[in-house]
Amino acid sequence: MSAIVIEAGRSEKNYWRDLWRYRELFLILAWRDLSVRYKQTVIGILWAILRPFLTMIVFTIIFSKVAKLPSDGSAPYALMVFAAMLPWSLFANALTESSNSLIDNSNLISKVYFPRMIMPAATVITALVDFLISFVILIGMMLYYRFTPGFQIFLLPIFIVMALLASLGPGLWITALNVKFRDFRYVIPFVVQFGLYVSPVGFSSRVIPEQWRLLYSLNPMVGVIDGFRWCILGGNSPLYIPGFLVSLVIIVFFLWLGISRFRKMEKTFADMI
Amino acid sequence: MSDIVIRAETLGKKYTIGHQAQRGRYLSLRDVLMQNARYALIKTRDLFQGKPIIQGNTTENVWALKDISFEVKRGEALGIIGLNGAGKSTLLKVLSRITEPSTGRVSIDGRVASLLEVGTGFHPELTGRENIYLNGTILGMTRKEINRKFDEIVAFAEVEKYLDTPVKRYSSGMYVRLAFAVAAHLEPEILVVDEVLAVGDAQFQKKCLGKMNDVAKGGRTVLFVSHNMTAIHALCGRSILLDGGQIRCDGNSKTVIAEYLSSNHPAGGRQSSGEFDLSKRKNKYLPDHLIVQSLYLADMQGNRGDLFPMGQAMQMCVNVTGMSKYRNAQIAAIIKSQNDQWICTITSGMSCTHIDEPRDKCERAILNIPKIPLLPGTYWIDITIAQPGIGRLDYVERAGRFTVTEADVYGTGYQLTDYFGLIYLESSWKILQRT
Repeated sequence: MSAIVIEAGRSEKNYWRDLWRYRELFLILAWRDLSVRYKQTVIGILWAILRPFLTMIVFTIIFSKVAKLPSDGSAPYALMVFAAMLPWSLFANALTESSNSLIDNSNLISKVYFPRMIMPAATVITALVDFLISFVILIGMMLYYRFTPGFQIFLLPIFIVMALLASLGPGLWITALNVKFRDFRYVIPFVVQFGLYVSPVGFSSRVIPEQWRLLYSLNPMVGVIDGFRWCILGGNSPLYIPGFLVSLVIIVFFLWLGISRFRKMEKTFADMI
Repeated sequence: MSDIVIRAETLGKKYTIGHQAQRGRYLSLRDVLMQNARYALIKTRDLFQGKPIIQGNTTENVWALKDISFEVKRGEALGIIGLNGAGKSTLLKVLSRITEPSTGRVSIDGRVASLLEVGTGFHPELTGRENIYLNGTILGMTRKEINRKFDEIVAFAEVEKYLDTPVKRYSSGMYVRLAFAVAAHLEPEILVVDEVLAVGDAQFQKKCLGKMNDVAKGGRTVLFVSHNMTAIHALCGRSILLDGGQIRCDGNSKTVIAEYLSSNHPAGGRQSSGEFDLSKRKNKYLPDHLIVQSLYLADMQGNRGDLFPMGQAMQMCVNVTGMSKYRNAQIAAIIKSQNDQWICTITSGMSCTHIDEPRDKCERAILNIPKIPLLPGTYWIDITIAQPGIGRLDYVERAGRFTVTEADVYGTGYQLTDYFGLIYLESSWKILQRT
């Protein structure tokens, strides 16, 4: 193995390779978070199912029955809401978990070296597992409504990755800021709560007037949610391509911002935490 | 492959600390608001520039390490010693890449495992088995390695029965044993160890020391920080003495330890001369006559000083004037612990064959202690002069002070501290088979 050189102000050349070398740590941290999470709960994984399911019911009643908003094409309203609920919970959980990850593991940060990015990245896995569990409901609902998805369902993994990246970008930035300014831990619940209503979760994004749709897509979750609906509901919810591209650009931008901010602050974490 | 595995060149680590500037009491709400608004503004600016957060409004740079250069050869065990705050832990943190140096560079050739505390990352909810994997991975072992050594780790920790119990139910002893066991089975090329041996019970400590010894003898490079000089001496051939973030001494462990002990004064400075001038004070008992003039401490060779290793000889010399004017006057030394616990009194009446004849005006009373039976720590000496049955003539409270440093008095490497009481007895246990 080649020598490691530690030098003041020098960014590590092998950063990304190091990240790969520490993959076992990544896996074990993800496993730890998962197993700790379900160790002392009574109904365990049911939580992952209940939360989005109950929210979906409330949203369906409020937006469909009370506000009388239209569904996408002929798709059942509940199914349309749940198709958005899934990526939204994935995003919200991943963002919440990753932004607290460094603070929650401060003892590790100050005592052991590893590429710090592993920490927030590993917590995203927990959110992904929750997502996969609640995906079972979606299948159940499709059976209930006798709804057969089209070929697009196979493109779903692309949008899952997109949702994860959308959360990882801001997550990285906020977790790094959290090390310095503990105020940022209060930002997240707010963003998550607020975002649930400004993103097209309870309603279709087609209720937004045509001239505002592009602007609306500046919210990266709009692209992700539209993508999910397209995959699950198929032709009932055609993908609005310009909006999707805008969301994609925003996601990439935030990811770049998150990574670059994170890497800049990374070396001082141990001194500040 | 070169023979030098660690090469540090002019390493420095700077910390910026903030002070809250002194200002009077807040005068009005407006002042408070202004103050906080200004503070928030500065913080916001720092936030966007990515500067570290600093409490307070004036800052100061503190160099935790400065100009550190050294080399470590493959297979060498290097001890790092120094007082608290000398920069030992910071140096280890820089070497293990936890924190970045502010100046200089280090090149390290080989896989480093750093052990800055035992049980890093242990999760109380997880079982012993799960924690072995978690902690092992955190310390840099691969799954395969852990699988291979699993039984060995469990046996070392003596926790076979509790492997599937969450560690939050472990006793603290079991917890520490398990944590150390994982660490002890690391097999990196370079092992960096902070004060982690000071854990567990005596028997386990010894086991740990033995394990460390194996590692050091097994051709691995070890960097070892400890306050336990006996352990440093036993494990490391070479040592570095850090003082105020700089290397004060680098060389043979024996020499460096001697240098450390001779400078290790609890008052923070170097060894004091062991001389105490007692002539500028008031005598409560005889207002116009100061009997005790001065006190000095020395070892058997007559070298003055106030540091004595446990079990070594010590001499206390008290210069008195006009003591013989008082019939039968006796001198006594009282030794008290740092928290004023009375340990012993030694009067001349007890141990001196009294010479009841006229003596010179100036006299010197010498108390010989062939083997100091005190545990490491700082002790006070009170000197008193009295006529038995009549009354005190002079009394000097806290006339002098000395420090007992640790030494391997039982010849077993066991580290004695004030935890074990006040004194040690020259003694030995023998355990026999009953017939």
